[in-house]
Amino acid sequence: MRAIYFKEISAFFSSIIGYIVIGMFLVLLGLVLWVFPEYSLLDGRFAGLESMFAIAPQVFLFLIPAVTMRSLSEEMQTGTLELLVTRPLSDWQIVGGKFLAYLSLVVFALLPTLLYYFTIYQLGSPPGNLDSGGIIGSYIGLFFLAAAFVAIGLFASSLTQSQIVAFLLGAFLCFFFFQMFDLISRLPIFFGKTDDIVQAIGIQYHYDSMSRGLIDTRDVVYFLSLIAFFLAATVVSLGRRHW
Amino acid sequence: MSVQVQHLVKVYGSQRAVDDVSFEVQAGEVLGFLGPNGAGKTTTMKIITGFLPATSGTVRVCGYDVASQPMQARACVGYLPEHNPLYRDMYVREYLKFVASVHRLSDARTRVEAMIERTGLTSHRHKRIGELSKGYRQRVGLAQAMLHDPQVLILDEPTSGLDPNQIVEIRQLIKELGREKTVILSTHILAEVEAVCSRAIIIHQGRLVADDAIEALKSRLQGRSVVTVEFGQPVRAEQLRALPHVQEVKALSQHRWQLIGVDTHDLRPILSAFAAQNQLTLLELHKEILSVEEVFQQLTR
Repeated sequence: MRAIYFKEISAFFSSIIGYIVIGMFLVLLGLVLWVFPEYSLLDGRFAGLESMFAIAPQVFLFLIPAVTMRSLSEEMQTGTLELLVTRPLSDWQIVGGKFLAYLSLVVFALLPTLLYYFTIYQLGSPPGNLDSGGIIGSYIGLFFLAAAFVAIGLFASSLTQSQIVAFLLGAFLCFFFFQMFDLISRLPIFFGKTDDIVQAIGIQYHYDSMSRGLIDTRDVVYFLSLIAFFLAATVVSLGRRHW
Repeated sequence: MSVQVQHLVKVYGSQRAVDDVSFEVQAGEVLGFLGPNGAGKTTTMKIITGFLPATSGTVRVCGYDVASQPMQARACVGYLPEHNPLYRDMYVREYLKFVASVHRLSDARTRVEAMIERTGLTSHRHKRIGELSKGYRQRVGLAQAMLHDPQVLILDEPTSGLDPNQIVEIRQLIKELGREKTVILSTHILAEVEAVCSRAIIIHQGRLVADDAIEALKSRLQGRSVVTVEFGQPVRAEQLRALPHVQEVKALSQHRWQLIGVDTHDLRPILSAFAAQNQLTLLELHKEILSVEEVFQQLTR
């Protein structure tokens, strides 16, 4: 698993994709936070990073599938997967190593945003007047959201040899799990308590709850089970050569 | 017993890609896997390496069942798949180091360097795999297969796409390996089997049609004697056809003939008697040995 982990990380940074993805993520967030009037922190009345945490999932929605699309599709297409699975490695080790590698990359892309936190911290009046608890919670929420997206992206990549298909499928599934349930719950057929249940299947419900700075075990359990589900689905999908 | 395949069957849909194949290979043996394209060679190899499951039958590698003890079995197999898949973005050394770490080799650095030297990659070790020519990529493929010093090497068409010099080098390498290890190599270049292997298996439509030492395979299939003869004077085909034990007569040129007998009875004494009787000069007379190609064609027709 360690071998796979380091291989993926070095593959990411030895290709141009790594730099493009991290660069794009930071440029987009930077523009939204500091330049575009509607979201800009400088125009806001409150010192806070809410707009960043509202935008980050939207950016992840297509950036994470773009990063994970090659993870298994490329190995299947070039045939290197055959060599990988015939080495003394279990499918779980392969999927687990890749998952942790891609998650680390996303965390790596998130690290520079801590700079924004310190900026806002200093810009507040008086300095330090911001909801640090909420921000920590939001970072944790974003971490879980990214982990779920990585797991979904890996699963999408395990389904097809085509990276484009993997990307489209991954982006769609991420969007589906992120916002679709929220939207579906507004259909008139769900009323009373049922719309709440439908909403709770989606990621957004739990992400929003974490962003408030409240780490609820229910949300953590939700994210962990979603991640576990997609990783298991990826392993099953890899094992389909055995069917 | 390094590799033991028993009653192996692989069914794809309604097609039996591998149909009740059994064979064994010992250490110190290079086994050639022959067969026309689509005969089931690659499928059999993929089952031995544990990439594909068998529909029925068992495969044991170094005593471990590939289905029930996959990790132990995989650890003692080195595999070079058919199209030699490699990570094109990785550097030669980086890739071999990765393979070493997957196998948790304790002496990774020295093994990698030793393998680079042995496969003749020293001058290319800092290049990206994607930049290498096909021959050098094939060496990388062999290096990764041998890196963890496996007992069993499965090589699927190891010399395909190489130039004649590279083919000779790779064959030499395989021969060397075959002294201590078990090597199974598939090919449809028949000369390769004659050059490298001590034993050959011929598979046709998923079935094992022959399993024998190269020499035995050739002599066993020599069902009919074939003699080439050249006379100093013209001879009519009817005269030759009238000789005992002769079934077929082919004119190779005006004075040269190829005669195929009805059985293994040697035609040479008959022909020399014929020449003496008709006062012909015998310029050439020799018994043909069927090449592996001919054996192969006979078996897989």
